[in-house]
Amino acid sequence: MVAKVIVVTSGKGGVGKTTTTAALGAALAQAGQNVAVVDFDVGLRNLDLIMGAERRVVYDFVNVIQGNAKLNQALIRDKRVGTLSLLAASQTRDKDALTEKGVARVMKELRDKFDWVICDSPAGIERGALLAMRHADIAVIVTNPEISSVRDSDRMVGLLDAKTVKAEKDEEIEKHVLLARYDPDRAARGEMLAIDDVLEILSLPLLGVIPESRDVLKASNLGAPVTVASPVSAPARAYKDAARRLTGETVTMTIPSDKRNLFGMLFGGRAA
Amino acid sequence: MSFFGMFKRSVQGTAPVARERLQVLLSHERTVASESDLVVVLREEILAVIARRVKVEFDNVDVRMNCGEVVSTLTVDIEIPATLDAFTPAHA
Ligand SMILES: Nc1ncnc2c1ncn2[C@@H]1O[C@H](COP(=O)(O)OP(=O)(O)OP(=O)(O)O)[C@@H](O)[C@H]1O
Ligand SMILES: [Mg+2]
Repeated sequence: MVAKVIVVTSGKGGVGKTTTTAALGAALAQAGQNVAVVDFDVGLRNLDLIMGAERRVVYDFVNVIQGNAKLNQALIRDKRVGTLSLLAASQTRDKDALTEKGVARVMKELRDKFDWVICDSPAGIERGALLAMRHADIAVIVTNPEISSVRDSDRMVGLLDAKTVKAEKDEEIEKHVLLARYDPDRAARGEMLAIDDVLEILSLPLLGVIPESRDVLKASNLGAPVTVASPVSAPARAYKDAARRLTGETVTMTIPSDKRNLFGMLFGGRAA
Repeated sequence: MSFFGMFKRSVQGTAPVARERLQVLLSHERTVASESDLVVVLREEILAVIARRVKVEFDNVDVRMNCGEVVSTLTVDIEIPATLDAFTPAHA
């Protein structure tokens, strides 16, 4: 097996990277693929929490790098989706705990074991974010339809084209925009950047549009990826479509919505 | 802002303004980023060449790019030791 490595990145914080890593990872695994999701947010790990595995973390990424644990001991298999595994970040405050060599070794091991390795990047453009993107074949740039998020995404494009192993070998890293926390009502009222505007400005292909939805928060409260917690909800359908596009399927681009949203669109606007 | 500008904005929302600001900003930032990358690379390579003959500190190499409308200039300012003890002859 030789996995494809995806980095989920954004520059800006809080746009939905961790939510996306969990949901895309689960969606691919639910479709029968062998998936590892890897938390690169050293010191601020959250992916374990979103996946509901926080009480099962014994060894983490740094333990594997430092040789205190084997990769197999550190991988946590999801209880609901058997083909989904998690490698948790360490809670150490030592930002240099992830070494470049160590990361390269672990990524190689993961590549041999899985079909997909999805790396949840920390925010920012520092070491952690650079290490997360370093070995990626594909970048999913999570962007909110908002001016500072788009600017930061553009910045990430530059880094992806310069600082990844692929870029250094003069190979093209595949880049996609995932528009998250999209609110169709607000976009229709012109309060939010339109999808076309974001795509034109970044000149990147669109992987999917994830609507703003309370189901995302519900899923994180429960500790399950949204595709597992509410499989038919609008964000879950959007993430599943995005996952199918990653596997090369052509899926018509829609913005899934809940009936509640439709109701809101028809009547909610006037009441406000 | 003109009366029509205000009218247009209230109809279209603020997104078009955001879009315009972003386009201007990013076209600027993209050129600045590629230039500063070039400066970083040049600085490293110049330092490597000089260091073969003279001891220089990384911090004492100053490379600047000045971009004009018609011509751009590159200024390289390198501080070297006052004595030439640090000089390494070619055969060394
Ligand atoms: N589609 C969505 N609808 C509603 N809320 C969302 C959606 N996506 C993410 N959120 C919420 O936004 C917050 C930030 O999400 P998340 O932690 O995934 O972002 P992040 O990019 O990983 O943040 P950080 O940069 O801090 O790592 C969370 O509270 C999450 O529940
Ligand atoms: Mg996160």
